[in-house]
Amino acid sequence: MATHWKVRPYLLTGGRTHVRHRLLVHTLVSVPYYDAAFAGGLLPEARGLYEQARVTRSVAELSASCGVSLGVTRVILGDLAASDRVRIHPETYDSPYDRNLLERVRDGLLRLA
Amino acid sequence: MTACSGSPEGETVPTDGTVPTSAKIVVAGGFGVGKTTLVSAISEIPPINTEAWMTAASEPVDHLDPGIDKRTTTVAMDFGRRAIADDLVLYLFGTPGQARFWPMWDDLCRGAMGALVLVDTRRLDASFAAVNYFEQDSDVPFAVCVNLFHGRQTHHLDDVREALSLSPEVPLLAADVREPGAVARALVGVVEHTMSSTARQ
Repeated sequence: MATHWKVRPYLLTGGRTHVRHRLLVHTLVSVPYYDAAFAGGLLPEARGLYEQARVTRSVAELSASCGVSLGVTRVILGDLAASDRVRIHPETYDSPYDRNLLERVRDGLLRLA
Repeated sequence: MTACSGSPEGETVPTDGTVPTSAKIVVAGGFGVGKTTLVSAISEIPPINTEAWMTAASEPVDHLDPGIDKRTTTVAMDFGRRAIADDLVLYLFGTPGQARFWPMWDDLCRGAMGALVLVDTRRLDASFAAVNYFEQDSDVPFAVCVNLFHGRQTHHLDDVREALSLSPEVPLLAADVREPGAVARALVGVVEHTMSSTARQ
Protein backbone atom coordinates (compact mmCIF):
# COMPACT_ATOMS: atom_id res chain seq x y z
CA MET A 1 0.00 0.00 0.00
CA ALA A 2 1.47 3.29 -1.06
CA THR A 3 1.10 6.18 1.31
CA HIS A 4 0.51 9.57 -0.23
CA TRP A 5 3.91 11.27 -0.31
CA LYS A 6 2.61 14.26 1.54
CA VAL A 7 0.99 12.27 4.33
CA ARG A 8 3.96 10.19 5.24
CA PRO A 9 6.12 12.83 6.95
CA TYR A 10 3.21 13.75 9.20
CA LEU A 11 2.61 10.13 10.08
CA LEU A 12 6.23 9.87 11.10
CA THR A 13 5.98 12.90 13.30
CA GLY A 14 2.48 12.28 14.64
CA GLY A 15 1.28 15.40 12.83
CA ARG A 16 3.69 17.66 14.67
CA THR A 17 5.69 20.25 12.82
CA HIS A 18 7.27 22.06 15.75
CA VAL A 19 9.93 20.98 18.17
CA ARG A 20 10.70 21.98 21.71
CA HIS A 21 14.42 22.25 21.29
CA ARG A 22 16.43 24.79 19.41
CA LEU A 23 17.65 22.67 16.54
CA LEU A 24 19.59 24.72 14.04
CA VAL A 25 21.10 23.10 10.97
CA HIS A 26 24.52 23.11 12.65
CA THR A 27 23.37 22.09 16.14
CA LEU A 28 25.33 19.04 17.27
CA VAL A 29 23.53 15.90 18.39
CA SER A 30 24.82 12.66 19.89
CA VAL A 31 23.60 9.45 21.49
CA PRO A 32 24.76 9.29 25.13
CA TYR A 33 24.43 5.51 25.35
CA TYR A 34 23.39 3.28 22.50
CA ASP A 35 20.54 0.88 23.16
CA ALA A 36 20.17 -1.73 20.40
CA ALA A 37 16.83 -2.99 21.72
CA PHE A 38 15.46 0.54 21.71
CA ALA A 39 16.76 1.07 18.17
CA GLY A 40 15.03 -2.12 17.04
CA GLY A 41 11.67 -0.75 18.07
CA LEU A 42 11.95 2.49 16.10
CA LEU A 43 10.52 3.30 12.68
CA PRO A 44 13.20 3.15 9.98
CA GLU A 45 13.72 6.94 9.80
CA ALA A 46 14.04 7.35 13.56
CA ARG A 47 16.22 4.29 13.79
CA GLY A 48 18.55 5.58 11.10
CA LEU A 49 18.90 8.96 12.79
CA TYR A 50 19.44 7.33 16.19
CA GLU A 51 22.14 5.05 14.84
CA GLN A 52 23.92 7.76 12.88
CA ALA A 53 23.96 10.04 15.93
CA ARG A 54 26.22 7.57 17.73
CA VAL A 55 28.94 9.80 16.27
CA THR A 56 28.43 13.43 17.24
CA ARG A 57 27.21 15.29 14.20
CA SER A 58 25.04 18.17 13.11
CA VAL A 59 21.33 18.08 12.39
CA ALA A 60 22.09 18.79 8.72
CA GLU A 61 24.57 15.90 8.50
CA LEU A 62 22.07 13.54 10.07
CA SER A 63 19.36 14.70 7.70
CA ALA A 64 21.66 14.25 4.70
CA SER A 65 23.12 10.89 5.66
CA CYS A 66 19.70 9.44 6.41
CA GLY A 67 17.87 11.01 3.48
CA VAL A 68 15.27 12.42 5.87
CA SER A 69 14.11 16.00 5.29
CA LEU A 70 15.30 18.63 7.74
CA GLY A 71 11.84 19.24 9.16
CA VAL A 72 11.17 15.58 9.89
CA THR A 73 14.72 15.17 11.22
CA ARG A 74 14.11 17.98 13.70
CA VAL A 75 10.85 16.53 14.97
CA ILE A 76 12.27 13.02 15.39
CA LEU A 77 15.42 14.27 17.13
CA GLY A 78 13.28 16.43 19.39
CA ASP A 79 11.30 13.35 20.41
CA LEU A 80 14.42 11.29 20.99
CA ALA A 81 15.86 14.11 23.07
CA ALA A 82 12.67 14.41 25.14
CA SER A 83 13.20 10.83 26.28
CA ASP A 84 16.95 11.41 26.72
CA ARG A 85 17.77 9.01 23.91
CA VAL A 86 19.78 11.67 22.12
CA ARG A 87 21.61 14.62 23.54
CA ILE A 88 21.23 17.99 21.88
CA HIS A 89 24.48 19.74 22.62
CA PRO A 90 23.80 22.89 24.53
CA GLU A 91 25.07 26.07 23.00
CA THR A 92 28.14 26.83 25.00
CA TYR A 93 27.83 30.42 23.94
CA ASP A 94 24.78 32.59 24.41
CA SER A 95 25.11 34.16 21.01
CA PRO A 96 26.97 33.46 17.75
CA TYR A 97 28.48 36.91 18.33
CA ASP A 98 30.01 35.88 21.65
CA ARG A 99 33.45 37.46 21.82
CA ASN A 100 35.24 34.34 23.01
CA LEU A 101 33.61 32.17 20.34
CA LEU A 102 34.49 34.64 17.58
CA GLU A 103 38.08 34.80 18.77
CA ARG A 104 38.40 31.03 18.87
CA VAL A 105 37.02 30.65 15.35
CA ARG A 106 39.23 33.47 14.06
CA ASP A 107 42.34 31.99 15.65
CA GLY A 108 41.50 28.55 14.30
CA LEU A 109 41.08 29.96 10.79
CA LEU A 110 44.33 31.91 11.06
CA ARG A 111 46.13 28.63 11.65
CA LEU A 112 44.80 27.48 8.26
CA ALA A 113 45.60 30.71 6.45
CA MET B 1 12.80 5.81 2.50
CA THR B 2 15.21 3.48 4.18
CA ALA B 3 17.57 3.70 7.08
CA CYS B 4 20.87 5.40 6.50
CA SER B 5 23.53 3.76 4.47
CA GLY B 6 27.18 3.61 5.24
CA SER B 7 28.99 4.10 8.45
CA PRO B 8 29.42 7.41 10.19
CA GLU B 9 32.30 9.27 8.62
CA GLY B 10 34.67 11.49 10.49
CA GLU B 11 34.92 11.44 14.22
CA THR B 12 34.14 14.76 15.81
CA VAL B 13 33.77 13.62 19.38
CA PRO B 14 36.54 14.50 21.75
CA THR B 15 37.48 11.68 24.03
CA ASP B 16 38.09 13.72 27.15
CA GLY B 17 34.45 14.19 27.99
CA THR B 18 34.00 17.79 26.88
CA VAL B 19 30.83 18.47 24.98
CA PRO B 20 31.62 19.80 21.53
CA THR B 21 29.79 22.79 20.19
CA SER B 22 29.53 24.29 16.74
CA ALA B 23 29.64 27.59 14.90
CA LYS B 24 28.38 28.45 11.45
CA ILE B 25 29.30 30.76 8.59
CA VAL B 26 26.97 31.02 5.60
CA VAL B 27 28.36 31.19 2.07
CA ALA B 28 25.96 32.93 -0.30
CA GLY B 29 25.95 34.11 -3.89
CA GLY B 30 24.37 33.24 -7.19
CA PHE B 31 24.49 29.96 -9.01
CA GLY B 32 27.95 29.07 -10.30
CA VAL B 33 29.96 31.71 -8.43
CA GLY B 34 32.06 29.11 -6.63
CA LYS B 35 30.28 28.43 -3.33
CA THR B 36 30.81 24.68 -3.47
CA THR B 37 34.45 25.15 -4.49
CA LEU B 38 34.98 27.43 -1.51
CA VAL B 39 33.41 24.95 0.89
CA SER B 40 35.47 22.07 -0.59
CA ALA B 41 38.68 24.03 -0.19
CA ILE B 42 38.43 24.14 3.57
CA SER B 43 36.09 21.33 4.58
CA GLU B 44 37.60 18.21 6.13
CA ILE B 45 34.80 16.13 4.63
CA PRO B 46 33.68 16.20 1.01
CA PRO B 47 30.95 18.84 0.80
CA ILE B 48 27.62 17.24 1.45
CA ASN B 49 25.18 18.07 -1.27
CA THR B 50 21.75 17.15 -0.15
CA GLU B 51 18.19 17.80 -1.07
CA ALA B 52 17.28 18.35 2.50
CA TRP B 53 14.28 20.60 2.37
CA MET B 54 11.06 19.14 1.20
CA THR B 55 8.83 22.07 1.60
CA ALA B 56 5.39 23.35 0.91
CA ALA B 57 6.87 26.82 0.50
CA SER B 58 7.82 26.14 -3.07
CA GLU B 59 4.46 24.76 -4.11
CA PRO B 60 2.81 27.93 -5.44
CA VAL B 61 5.68 28.27 -7.85
CA ASP B 62 5.47 24.70 -8.98
CA HIS B 63 1.77 24.93 -9.65
CA LEU B 64 2.65 27.28 -12.48
CA ASP B 65 4.81 24.66 -14.06
CA PRO B 66 3.00 21.38 -14.59
CA GLY B 67 6.23 19.90 -15.92
CA ILE B 68 7.68 19.68 -12.43
CA ASP B 69 6.97 16.54 -10.48
CA LYS B 70 6.09 17.73 -7.03
CA ARG B 71 7.53 14.70 -5.33
CA THR B 72 10.90 15.97 -6.41
CA THR B 73 10.28 19.47 -5.08
CA THR B 74 13.32 19.69 -2.92
CA VAL B 75 15.91 22.32 -2.29
CA ALA B 76 19.53 21.41 -2.55
CA MET B 77 22.04 22.77 -0.11
CA ASP B 78 25.65 21.95 0.40
CA PHE B 79 27.80 22.27 3.40
CA GLY B 80 31.13 21.32 4.87
CA ARG B 81 32.78 21.07 8.23
CA ARG B 82 36.11 21.96 9.78
CA ALA B 83 37.26 21.18 13.30
CA ILE B 84 38.58 24.36 14.90
CA ALA B 85 39.45 22.76 18.23
CA ASP B 86 38.71 19.51 20.05
CA ASP B 87 35.42 20.93 21.23
CA LEU B 88 34.55 23.33 18.42
CA VAL B 89 33.43 22.57 14.87
CA LEU B 90 32.92 25.23 12.21
CA TYR B 91 30.21 24.52 9.65
CA LEU B 92 30.05 26.26 6.28
CA PHE B 93 26.66 26.27 4.65
CA GLY B 94 26.13 27.25 1.03
CA THR B 95 22.78 28.84 0.28
CA PRO B 96 20.48 27.59 -2.43
CA GLY B 97 20.92 29.99 -5.34
CA GLN B 98 17.41 30.93 -6.32
CA ALA B 99 15.55 33.76 -4.67
CA ARG B 100 12.42 31.64 -4.32
CA PHE B 101 14.20 29.72 -1.58
CA TRP B 102 14.52 32.68 0.75
CA PRO B 103 12.56 31.05 3.59
CA MET B 104 15.38 28.49 3.65
CA TRP B 105 17.94 31.28 3.74
CA ASP B 106 16.32 32.48 6.96
CA ASP B 107 16.57 28.98 8.36
CA LEU B 108 20.20 28.60 7.28
CA CYS B 109 21.22 31.99 8.63
CA ARG B 110 19.68 31.52 12.07
CA GLY B 111 22.53 31.36 14.55
CA ALA B 112 25.24 32.15 11.97
CA MET B 113 28.21 34.20 13.17
CA GLY B 114 28.59 35.77 9.75
CA ALA B 115 28.14 35.38 6.02
CA LEU B 116 30.35 35.62 2.97
CA VAL B 117 28.67 36.65 -0.29
CA LEU B 118 30.72 35.37 -3.19
CA VAL B 119 30.67 37.26 -6.49
CA ASP B 120 31.92 36.52 -9.98
CA THR B 121 32.91 39.81 -11.63
CA ARG B 122 31.86 38.46 -15.02
CA ARG B 123 28.34 38.01 -13.69
CA LEU B 124 27.88 40.42 -10.81
CA ASP B 125 24.12 40.31 -11.24
CA ALA B 126 24.11 36.65 -10.17
CA SER B 127 24.89 37.80 -6.63
CA PHE B 128 22.65 40.89 -6.42
CA ALA B 129 19.92 38.95 -4.66
CA ALA B 130 22.32 37.65 -2.02
CA VAL B 131 23.74 41.13 -1.33
CA ASN B 132 20.24 42.54 -1.06
CA TYR B 133 19.21 39.77 1.31
CA PHE B 134 22.01 40.44 3.77
CA GLU B 135 21.68 44.21 3.48
CA GLN B 136 17.94 44.32 3.98
CA ASP B 137 16.49 41.08 5.28
CA SER B 138 19.05 39.69 7.68
CA ASP B 139 20.86 40.79 10.82
CA VAL B 140 23.80 38.49 10.12
CA PRO B 141 26.96 40.55 9.52
CA PHE B 142 28.40 39.88 6.07
CA ALA B 143 31.39 40.52 3.86
CA VAL B 144 31.57 40.27 0.08
CA CYS B 145 34.32 38.32 -1.66
CA VAL B 146 35.31 38.49 -5.33
CA ASN B 147 36.17 35.03 -6.55
CA LEU B 148 39.46 35.33 -8.41
CA PHE B 149 38.84 32.71 -11.05
CA HIS B 150 42.19 31.33 -12.15
CA GLY B 151 43.83 33.61 -9.58
CA ARG B 152 43.28 36.73 -11.68
CA GLN B 153 41.75 39.95 -10.50
CA THR B 154 40.14 41.56 -13.51
CA HIS B 155 38.44 44.53 -11.85
CA HIS B 156 39.39 47.09 -9.24
CA LEU B 157 37.61 46.37 -6.00
CA ASP B 158 36.42 49.99 -5.89
CA ASP B 159 34.61 49.43 -9.17
CA VAL B 160 33.07 46.22 -7.88
CA ARG B 161 31.94 48.00 -4.74
CA GLU B 162 30.29 50.67 -6.81
CA ALA B 163 28.64 48.20 -9.17
CA LEU B 164 27.20 46.31 -6.20
CA SER B 165 26.21 49.57 -4.43
CA LEU B 166 27.88 48.20 -1.31
CA SER B 167 27.82 50.30 1.84
CA PRO B 168 31.27 51.48 2.92
CA GLU B 169 31.11 49.41 6.12
CA VAL B 170 30.76 46.10 4.26
CA PRO B 171 34.23 44.58 3.76
CA LEU B 172 35.07 43.72 0.16
CA LEU B 173 37.62 40.93 -0.16
CA ALA B 174 39.15 38.91 -2.98
CA ALA B 175 40.20 35.28 -2.95
CA ASP B 176 40.90 32.39 -5.26
CA VAL B 177 38.41 30.09 -3.57
CA ARG B 178 40.25 26.96 -4.72
CA GLU B 179 43.01 27.88 -2.26
CA PRO B 180 42.42 26.74 1.33
CA GLY B 181 44.65 29.49 2.74
CA ALA B 182 42.86 32.18 0.75
CA VAL B 183 39.48 30.85 1.88
CA ALA B 184 40.63 30.80 5.50
CA ARG B 185 41.77 34.43 5.21
CA ALA B 186 38.45 35.46 3.67
CA LEU B 187 36.61 33.74 6.52
CA VAL B 188 38.86 35.52 9.01
CA GLY B 189 37.66 38.71 7.31
CA VAL B 190 34.06 37.69 7.97
CA VAL B 191 34.72 36.88 11.63
CA GLU B 192 36.64 40.11 12.21
CA HIS B 193 33.86 42.10 10.59
CA THR B 194 31.37 40.45 12.94
CA MET B 195 33.64 41.31 15.88
CA SER B 196 33.84 44.97 14.93
CA SER B 197 30.21 45.40 13.90
CA THR B 198 28.74 43.65 16.93
CA ALA B 199 31.10 45.42 19.37
CA ARG B 200 29.56 48.72 18.38
CA GLN B 201 26.06 47.67 19.34
